[in-house]
Amino acid sequence: MSKALTIAIMDAPYESANTTTAFRIIAAALAKGIDVNVFAYEGAVALAMKDQQPHANPVRGTTVEQEDHPTTRAFIAGLLALAQEKGARLQWVNCGLCVDERGAGNWIEGVRRGGPPDFLAMVEGSSNTLVIPTR
Amino acid sequence: MRILNVVETAYRGTLEEQDDTVLWLTAALKGQGADVSVLLRGNAVNYLVKGQDSTGLAIGPVTLGHPPRLDEDVQKLTEKGVLVFAVREDARDRGLDPGRIISGVEFISRTDIADLLEKFDQVWHW
Repeated sequence: MSKALTIAIMDAPYESANTTTAFRIIAAALAKGIDVNVFAYEGAVALAMKDQQPHANPVRGTTVEQEDHPTTRAFIAGLLALAQEKGARLQWVNCGLCVDERGAGNWIEGVRRGGPPDFLAMVEGSSNTLVIPTR
Repeated sequence: MRILNVVETAYRGTLEEQDDTVLWLTAALKGQGADVSVLLRGNAVNYLVKGQDSTGLAIGPVTLGHPPRLDEDVQKLTEKGVLVFAVREDARDRGLDPGRIISGVEFISRTDIADLLEKFDQVWHW
């Protein structure tokens, strides 16, 4: 079995530190050349939405540029770029039914639709599986 | 109308948001003239610890330019006239060093929370 890690995540963007933790684990694995499979379930399907935009901060009085607000889609794009750079494979699969429920189907390039069979296939092809659920 | 924002869930998306969204909303509402106060309880009392530093986050080539500075954000709220309360026992249970707590915060006992709530027209528990 190749060295690969599967991660299932559930939290929607901007709601939980779980997402940042998942991103960091994914980045650390990719940096070591380990393949990573992500199954984005429930609210996590919105992490890759293409229409996410940085914004200004009226409370701080900062512009969009000054605020330099990150988006989760940018983080995912960064992870995909990191995978390419390190010669590792990052599969990012959004749960299709979760997407349909939310009308959340407009993603950045590199993300694909899937379901439990894809998740199972990823699990079976991995050294281990890490589940990071919503609490 | 007097509003109390009770913040209990801490560090909820604060890295992605670059702040705590409830503290942010509090500042925005105060800026609009609302009479709004804050009660920090549970893990949120940790926002009061001075010198928190979450700089350096990088996800691949994407870096976090402006990490959250929650202690400073709470301090700014107090400077804007927002009353900030915190539960003494929650701070003690977590071993927070009193010497590292920001100024301008009023600590209350758990047994005084009900009395505090009575002073507000609306209580929003986040």
